[in-house]
Amino acid sequence: MSSPAETGPPQYVITAENLTKRYGDVAAVDGISFSVPAGEAFGLLGPNGAGKSTTMKMIGAVSQRTSGSLSIMGLDPDLNGPEVRAHLGVVPQQDNLDEELKVRDNLLVYGRYFGLPMSYLRPKADELLEFAQLTDKAKSKVDALSGGMKRRLTIARSLINEPRILLLDEPTTGLDPQARHILWDRLFRLKEQGVTLILTTHYMDEAEQLCDRLIVVDKGRIMAEGSPANLIREYSTREVLELRFGSERNASIGAELEGIGERVETLPDRVLIYAHDGEAALEEVSGRGLRPVTSLVRRSSLEDVFLRLTGRSLVD
Amino acid sequence: MTRKAAAAGKAAAPGAVSEAPGPTAAPALRAHSPEVSAARARRWGSLYFAEHVLRVMKSYSWTIVMYGVGQPVAYLFAMGVGLATLVDTGRGAIFGGVSYLTFIAPALLISAAVMSAASEFTFPIMDGFKWRRVYYGPHASPLTPQQIALGQVIAVTVRFLLQSAIYFGVVALFGAAPSPWGWVSILVATLAGLSFGLPLMAYAASITQDKGQFAMVMRFLVMPLFLFSGTFFPLDTLPLTVRWIGWISPIWHGTELGRVFSYGYQEAPLLTVAHVVFLLALAVLGWLLTKRQFIKRMAG
Repeated sequence: MSSPAETGPPQYVITAENLTKRYGDVAAVDGISFSVPAGEAFGLLGPNGAGKSTTMKMIGAVSQRTSGSLSIMGLDPDLNGPEVRAHLGVVPQQDNLDEELKVRDNLLVYGRYFGLPMSYLRPKADELLEFAQLTDKAKSKVDALSGGMKRRLTIARSLINEPRILLLDEPTTGLDPQARHILWDRLFRLKEQGVTLILTTHYMDEAEQLCDRLIVVDKGRIMAEGSPANLIREYSTREVLELRFGSERNASIGAELEGIGERVETLPDRVLIYAHDGEAALEEVSGRGLRPVTSLVRRSSLEDVFLRLTGRSLVD
Repeated sequence: MTRKAAAAGKAAAPGAVSEAPGPTAAPALRAHSPEVSAARARRWGSLYFAEHVLRVMKSYSWTIVMYGVGQPVAYLFAMGVGLATLVDTGRGAIFGGVSYLTFIAPALLISAAVMSAASEFTFPIMDGFKWRRVYYGPHASPLTPQQIALGQVIAVTVRFLLQSAIYFGVVALFGAAPSPWGWVSILVATLAGLSFGLPLMAYAASITQDKGQFAMVMRFLVMPLFLFSGTFFPLDTLPLTVRWIGWISPIWHGTELGRVFSYGYQEAPLLTVAHVVFLLALAVLGWLLTKRQFIKRMAG
């Protein structure tokens, strides 16, 4: 809704067609196609090793594709690397701040890579430290920051050139819940300002919170594409009943639950019953004389979508 | 001023790209366009990264000053003044007729540059690729891998020049550089540092697992070169079985050149040319290998 492209056909800032990256015989990314309009928050959801980071590296113009086509702001990253990278802000999976420099100096030296003058960088660095809630840490060494603060500093650094596209590779992995929420809030603000966000994650709550649209990737291929709500509607039921019968009984009891709800999924630690009405399903379970140790009715999430699509859970 | 005026009325929010004029809350800041960023980075990128490395060096500038001042003072006293009292008694002829202090001063200047090359072109490179992955920050910016490599080299070159200038100043104060061309040995020391350092940088950039290789380089490469490069006594006083160490050593070639400039040491002019060619050739070869290694490692 805050997209700059409000009239006419959507302006795509990123277009990938049959994008493929092979390392020897292994296809890390195996022919994926997608387009991202300006201002969208676009997610790549999938387990570790799905090819998300490799895709991000190709978009970030630091890794050459094996085949297929890729266009960022109308430019080919393999041919115009510096030009493509000048458009982007990048938050890598692993922080690579310079720990020997002070917090504010990290922003200044990074801005210099874009040829930005100090007269712009000094006030801009202060503004970004404010945005990242790090103003009182400006003169600290990077070592002294917590994990969440380092992450926020990395995001502040990625914004120094006022990029139109921000690439975030696993932005909140390893952060505690509070730090994650602060970070999500900052990303929301950027989204409101019309920055296109491309993020990878293996946290479904993060994808649900931040993404307008996402692709579910597994083994280098796209399994599904859509908004979080649409994906859940399409691949799962409205509610899920989670039952635990104790680790030894979960598997054997699965058969006795057949017919309840639309689908029964037996996992090592619990049994999931997909149903439109979870409470009604629970009553039916009790009606069959089964007594689970614990039961929980919840709404379907992207985790269920992933489970349905791949038969595996996201975080293993 | 004009840029600020032009930007007035634009939203100052981080990352904002909207062209629409919005209410001005704070004085507006606008970055130049990505096209300008890319053009500047293509042209000046290596200097931008050099600037980064120099800022980091500032945090250990004390070490650099100690190298530049402390080491020559200690060495010149111990060797040039202490040892010289024994050496200078009558056998001056093998040192080309100059005092022992004057004889070893250029050698110590060159050796100091080579030894700092052994630290600047090893651990920081490993740090860039592996430990703190510092190179991967600029890698995501418009800079290219070869610019990152060149920036590192430029920054270290600045360090060599600065350190050698201080070192030379101390040597001059000791009265150990009588020739008016003595200052050229600052450049010679810098060249010798690069000639030894750049091949080492290529090696450091190729290492993926730290198994103490750099300690081995210090013990089995730098130390023998330091001892057998005509540093403390002329190379031709050594038997041929070890004299070749000097011939392949940037320290020897640098030291001989330094002696030519700092006290007018007499040698065949062709040999002087050979020293320069050797040092340049090694530096160029090292740079080509470094560049290749950086591109290979970063452009996956």
